[in-house]
Amino acid sequence: MAGNKRPVALFRNLNAKIAALPMITTVLVVFIGCTLWTVVYSFTSSRALPMLNFVGFDQYTRLFGASRWAISIKNIAIYGCLSLVFSLVVGFVLAVLMDQKIRFENTFRTIFLYPFALSFIVTGLVWQWILNPLGIQKVVRDLGFESFNLSLLTDRNLVIYAILIAGLWQGTGLIMALMLAGLRNIDEEIWKAARVDGIPTWKTYVFIVIPMMRPVFATALVLIATGIVKLYDLVVAMTNGGPGISSEVPAKYVYDFMFGWANLGQGLAASTVMLATVLIILVPWMMLGGRPNKGKANG
Amino acid sequence: MAEAAVIHSRSSSHVEPWGARPKRMFAPANIMVYSVLIVAALYYLLPLYVMVMTSLKGMPEIRLGNIFSPPVEITFEPWVKAWSQACTGLHCEGIRTGFWNSVKITIPSTLISILIASVNGYALSNWKFKGSEVFFGILLFGAFIPYQVMLYPLVIITRELGIFGTLTGIIVIHTIFGMPILTLLFRNYFASLPPELFKAARVDGAGFWRIFLQIMLPMSLPIFVVAIILQVTGIWNDFLFGVIFAGTSNFPMTVQLNNVVNSVQGVKEYNVNMAATILTGAVPLLIYFFSGRYFVRGIAAGAVKG
Amino acid sequence: MNTNVAMNTHVGTSVSIKDLSLSFGSVNVLRKLDLDISEGEFLVLLGPSGCGKSTLLNCIAGLLDVSEGQVIIKGKNVTWAEPKDRGIGMVFQSYALYPQMSVEKNLSFGLRVAGVPKAEIAKRIARAAEILQIEPLLQRKPSALSGGQRQRVAIGRALVRDVDVFLFDEPLSNLDAKLRSELRVEIKRLHHKLGNTMIYVTHDQVEALTLADRIAVMKGGVVQQLDEPMTIYNKPRNLFVAGFIGWSAMNFISGQLAEKAGKTVFRGGDFDIALDGYQAEGPLTSGREVVLGVRPEHIQIDGQGGANLDEAHDAIVDLDEPMGPDSLVWLKVGSQQLSVRVESGKRYRPGDSVKVSFNVGKASLFDAKSEERI
Ligand SMILES: Nc1ncnc2c1ncn2[C@@H]1O[C@H](COP(=O)(O)OP(=O)(O)OP(=O)(O)O)[C@@H](O)[C@H]1O
Ligand SMILES: [Mg+2]
Repeated sequence: MAGNKRPVALFRNLNAKIAALPMITTVLVVFIGCTLWTVVYSFTSSRALPMLNFVGFDQYTRLFGASRWAISIKNIAIYGCLSLVFSLVVGFVLAVLMDQKIRFENTFRTIFLYPFALSFIVTGLVWQWILNPLGIQKVVRDLGFESFNLSLLTDRNLVIYAILIAGLWQGTGLIMALMLAGLRNIDEEIWKAARVDGIPTWKTYVFIVIPMMRPVFATALVLIATGIVKLYDLVVAMTNGGPGISSEVPAKYVYDFMFGWANLGQGLAASTVMLATVLIILVPWMMLGGRPNKGKANG
Repeated sequence: MAEAAVIHSRSSSHVEPWGARPKRMFAPANIMVYSVLIVAALYYLLPLYVMVMTSLKGMPEIRLGNIFSPPVEITFEPWVKAWSQACTGLHCEGIRTGFWNSVKITIPSTLISILIASVNGYALSNWKFKGSEVFFGILLFGAFIPYQVMLYPLVIITRELGIFGTLTGIIVIHTIFGMPILTLLFRNYFASLPPELFKAARVDGAGFWRIFLQIMLPMSLPIFVVAIILQVTGIWNDFLFGVIFAGTSNFPMTVQLNNVVNSVQGVKEYNVNMAATILTGAVPLLIYFFSGRYFVRGIAAGAVKG
Repeated sequence: MNTNVAMNTHVGTSVSIKDLSLSFGSVNVLRKLDLDISEGEFLVLLGPSGCGKSTLLNCIAGLLDVSEGQVIIKGKNVTWAEPKDRGIGMVFQSYALYPQMSVEKNLSFGLRVAGVPKAEIAKRIARAAEILQIEPLLQRKPSALSGGQRQRVAIGRALVRDVDVFLFDEPLSNLDAKLRSELRVEIKRLHHKLGNTMIYVTHDQVEALTLADRIAVMKGGVVQQLDEPMTIYNKPRNLFVAGFIGWSAMNFISGQLAEKAGKTVFRGGDFDIALDGYQAEGPLTSGREVVLGVRPEHIQIDGQGGANLDEAHDAIVDLDEPMGPDSLVWLKVGSQQLSVRVESGKRYRPGDSVKVSFNVGKASLFDAKSEERI
């Protein structure tokens, strides 16, 4: 063994490099390569096939002039804001209630969490059925309220709220579980100290516990936010964008232009806008010290 | 204050404890807690209940009765029909084709993605090399890039490789997109093992693969269970990749279910649709109910995937 | 060379570290470190937490890539060799036994990796098990062993591989006080029996002083002093070593050197101490700013131990701390606070007036600026 020479850098630790080859390829080809490709081709007039005939910001101009995109943006904004607020609030409240040393905690947890095991397709189809005219509307009408109308799925202005209801049903359990873990991580001593000082429970939550759980809230926030951007399957299953185009969302816009209508350039421009939005959310969060690998793998 | 208390306790032989009694189960506050939790639980359970009830009714009963009432006459006809006769377009072979396609996709994707990610996570935690942290950082960042951004170039790449629309193609795609979260999971797990164990094995002369197979693997069974649960449910529930990369003959169950339920032709058979929906959700649901703790751990880790 | 070292008949250098530097990113953990360890020597690396002891040991073992410099074991440059090719065995604070393997499998793992024949493995395990008295434990899993037994097995793992150099990284720190002293004795016995070179990291002074042929005191990635235990104790090279070694902290008095009646004295504010018995290593120039270090056991109260009372100073007792065999008396000479070790027979009360005298022969003088011994 030649122990006296510094080995050639490339061959040192060679096995580890071989083991990491799939990751290196994925990072270079998919995460960097494909992303750049998309950004570059979003400035072309590609239709059915990608072509490098650059047209500047034409695709973006058309994108932001399209009413379909405007509706998509409006929908994702409504869905995003409300799902953020409700997920955090409902998740936190449920977690606090679960943390009151209640009986049947495991049963409740199982119930709140099981929707998360289901796919968005299943979620969407179930809620489509429940919100269908033969569903809750008929139940109430049969009770004697003949004029009761619950037409969430067919009302252009309300359909996004139907999707929201289904989305919250699927996802709040996870937020509750995260928050509960966060609450359990808080030192018992804090509660004892607050009790000794005579601070009311609600004040302890608002002024001591919530600030201490900032990392958990940050994690939850990023989770919900990235989930919002990816919203697609649920819409496809529940409304397929309807009635008309009133429940379209950006991810679906991208898919339809790319794979449905062979208008690549438009789809790529829309997806680039999605990427930019995510970067705007993610980069400040990363700079504030949040890291995606912090305190996740130990449950 | 303390003095007052002392005097107080001396002045009477029987001293009552100060302050309220500890809470009992049926204190007003607790009733509040339980009633809120129960109402919430009902909201979460409602869809499951409706699904099961609807799937056990005949169509006439559905049109007349309401969705909450249990079936007057229980029938398993819709289940049979959903499994073996439901139509997507012109084909009427039931949801079972999708089921077997999902099995064919899920098993190899799970195994391959876990194999690659576990070795990768091990290399990242114990055999760091120049640049390994940078690649890992970008990999994690990649988990947050919307899939839509990478879809089309991936279609081109897989088409060039001749695997677009094949089982191989969809397996590769699941391996790629499972990599960030799985690598993170394994890297963190291996990093949480005592580093001395690794050092001792190296002093004993064991190399990269031997340490992985003989020292690390036997200690990591729990994390493999978590990873398997994470991947099986994730891949089973996937829709987007399946619809694009798997090809018509390999459509996974979610895609087929959506085609069955949302197909425009014919009269809607809600009972069959709900039976098909339950069948599609059954695999992840069973995993969830039987794995309990591991599942919670898995989703806490998988949370990044969103 | 002290008597102990001479007794073990050292032939040559076993481990030699030349100009070794290591940094993690921008943090320099080891800086141009030089160390020569003789064949069969028991060297203890002693220093505060984070000074780079484990890092140095890992460099010797080949578990960390050095930034610069060389590691030479038995005359061979092994700076870039694999750990297994260096002829070293290592014992860790946390035992690091493979949890899924029985004790026997733990012991044989390295041998199996190296492809040693089965019969030879059995022979070596039997020998190691006998030396360490772990024969009845061979079939157990590590989780079924006590801390002391685990550490024996960990030592056994190095033993069976027949290595030239044993590396110990705080092997006893996880054990309770009683086990610790038992195993300490056993390690010393093992060293006598095997005669291997051993490098032993600790921050326990008792271990260092009792086990070592030589001690290397480290701080900030630099060896501050490398000497036999008693030399380190009696003649610390600098202020850091003086303050770090010793059961109760050394008294440090700042002052200047001065002339008084033709003799050099130490002037510490309110009082002078004659430096008659002090063996200086350099010139004691008058006016130099210095620090005088005296251990509590080298100060006498009221002429005990035959001190000359003519040279004594007046002092007031502050506090008395009985510590079993002796007690520590805190007192004040002028404004200077001092601690003095006395036999526990006599008690002192706060406010008592006493006379103290300094055993200057055993004191140390340091330059106030460079903090080096003079
Ligand atoms: N992998 C690493 N990356 C960055 N810094 C490190 C790493 N390992 C050690 N250090 C730093 O190097 C310095 C020396 O560490 P080392 O473990 O050698 O100390 P030590 O003397 O063994 O301390 P202790 O007595 O606590 O074991 C410490 O300041 C530590 O923070
Ligand atoms: Mg250390």
